[in-house]
Amino acid sequence: MTMETGTAAAPPELIQLLTPEGERLDHPGYPIDLSDEEIKSMYRDLVLVRRIDTEAIALQRQGELGIWASLLGQEAAQIGSGRALGPDDMAFPTYREHGVAWCRGIDPVQLLELYRGVSHGGWNPEEHKFHLYTIVIGAQTLHATGYAMGIQRDGAEEAAIVYFGDGATSQGDVNEAFVWASVFNAPLVFFCQNNQWAISEPLERQSRIPLYQRARGFGFPGVRVDGNDVLACYAVTRKAMDAAREGQGPTLIEAYTYRMGAHTTTDDPTRYRLASDLEAWKLKDPIERVRSYLVRAGNVGSDFFAEVDAEADKIGATVRDACRTMADPPPLAIFDEVYTEDNPIMRAEREEFAAYLESFEGSDEGSGETSPRFGQGAAR
Amino acid sequence: MTKLTLSKALNEGLRKALENDPKVLIMGEDVGKLGGVFRVTDGLQKDFGEHRVVDTPLAESGIVGTAIGLALRGYRPVCEIQFDGFVYPAFDQIVSQLAKMHYRSRGNVKLPVTIRIPCGGGIGAVEHHSESPEALFAHIAGLRVVACADASDAFTMIQQSISSDDPVIFFEPKRRYWDKGEVDTAGGVANALPMSKARVAMEGSDVTLLTYGPLVRSAIEAALAARQDGRGVEVVDLRSLSPLDMDTITASVRKTGRCVVAHEAPTYAGMGAEIAARITEQCFYNLEAPVLRVGGFATPYPPSRLEEHYLPDLDRILDAVDRTFGY
Repeated sequence: MTMETGTAAAPPELIQLLTPEGERLDHPGYPIDLSDEEIKSMYRDLVLVRRIDTEAIALQRQGELGIWASLLGQEAAQIGSGRALGPDDMAFPTYREHGVAWCRGIDPVQLLELYRGVSHGGWNPEEHKFHLYTIVIGAQTLHATGYAMGIQRDGAEEAAIVYFGDGATSQGDVNEAFVWASVFNAPLVFFCQNNQWAISEPLERQSRIPLYQRARGFGFPGVRVDGNDVLACYAVTRKAMDAAREGQGPTLIEAYTYRMGAHTTTDDPTRYRLASDLEAWKLKDPIERVRSYLVRAGNVGSDFFAEVDAEADKIGATVRDACRTMADPPPLAIFDEVYTEDNPIMRAEREEFAAYLESFEGSDEGSGETSPRFGQGAAR
Repeated sequence: MTKLTLSKALNEGLRKALENDPKVLIMGEDVGKLGGVFRVTDGLQKDFGEHRVVDTPLAESGIVGTAIGLALRGYRPVCEIQFDGFVYPAFDQIVSQLAKMHYRSRGNVKLPVTIRIPCGGGIGAVEHHSESPEALFAHIAGLRVVACADASDAFTMIQQSISSDDPVIFFEPKRRYWDKGEVDTAGGVANALPMSKARVAMEGSDVTLLTYGPLVRSAIEAALAARQDGRGVEVVDLRSLSPLDMDTITASVRKTGRCVVAHEAPTYAGMGAEIAARITEQCFYNLEAPVLRVGGFATPYPPSRLEEHYLPDLDRILDAVDRTFGY
């Protein structure tokens, strides 16, 4: 018996359209016709979402957010795939898809609400065609599959895309989603950002073969794309979404990238990985290569980059101010929107709690003032 | 005696278990090199090797399912579920397989699996990181369910759980991980209070306050405050939720005639309901007031900026204590 490990003779094919040095490559399977204006617009998105991410990390450090899951290093995978979606396509994110959220028109401040602990998300998924963040690893892959089965039944020219990480590929739900999507030929793209780490566990703890090769066993195509190449991520996702809309069923895209930051702000990666790995991946930065390309091939001048930086500064300030002034919900909001219909047991609890709060009238309890946060925590 | 944090006491208890029995294994996500997200298994992989302290793939059903297989082969796995809200993918393996194998095999198969679950809120976390699912497990016959509240119990009870031939769901109060307490690490567990027994954490004669896990500290603080008002609150740390130590519970209630049960989990269909029913059945003529419950509301765990209102605190516990004197 031989084991296909991908480390044998031929390395796994990696779709790349823009090298880390900013050189454009053509790939016969993935032709793209993006103008320099469009690539400039992608560059802008990459820079802005990185700035939002940087601000969020700082806000967490200052105690304004409970926690933050950084997308640092994964901007190209998210902006490339996010921009490849049609307006009616539905996206199902993990809790790290801030770049895709940006592409779907979610106000970054709304993302901060979740991490500040003001809401559990709260946007309307259908309005943005962007589902709520899912924290339980991999659960959303089945939701996306079912949603895609609905698209199929409606005869709509739409497709769904679901985001997940390398760690999630070990979960039962994700493997069940692969089976379902395959046998029902669901119009769905599985977009796996392989950032090499599930908190402290390296990819080798989840898989002995390159992840994209798993698709074959489930009966649909898999492709590995340079996850730090926004053009390739765009091209590969667009093609897979087109195929899904045309009735060709699911595709697994493995966006090969690297989690440059900690898993979340409570994590300490120095305990489990080498700084040298990080240095090697810094050379493959998703933003620098686009900048190099624009400067060299597109003759884009420094004015453009200065404009984008100024816009980033502005968004950073807006996000920071909005977060700092974000009010806590009133205590009785605990009882809102639990059910669609009246629940007398819960209503009685609400009334009792309201009376209890009133008994403190004039003191701090129940005043809605922000109290000092509880101790240190850890989270996925 | 040594002063240790609750998480370090667990770490020491796990270390002892690994040292004392070569069949003990630790398995879970990030338990190895990282030492767990709360560092409860810190340093154990380094000292006992990757075969005994196993970083598993990211799949909770897999963690418990393979622990069952290892137990069938004579091992004593200690599974770490990273957070309370992540145990549900493993629920089928726990409820339908782990809990019932001894019964189904007419006693031929023992599954000495311990499942550690950091539980409860109060750390400002995002959703699924602050839940209290103990009643779901206490409802399942075949499982033992325990909750430690301080460093000393953490050290002994984790070892007792691992020694038990029954599967044990072991709840750890995550917001108390950093609380320090005296631990007798040199002493064995032979002389320790059995984990099935409740403990009177503070004596009092006017009202019994039953609780467990993270709220034991809150209950003691409430009892100290009540003492200022001349009220003697007897705090009982239940420690074991399945089975319940009814002897200790009823002895206290017969003495005081009043009882409040407090937990973070929703009161609706929670542990307090079972306890109140049993007290009513067994101490009816001793009761001066109905057993009152203080707990989470019949809602999902709220966003963390609201958790201070959701979690029973000193004021809400004292409010219930006051109300029992209104009858």
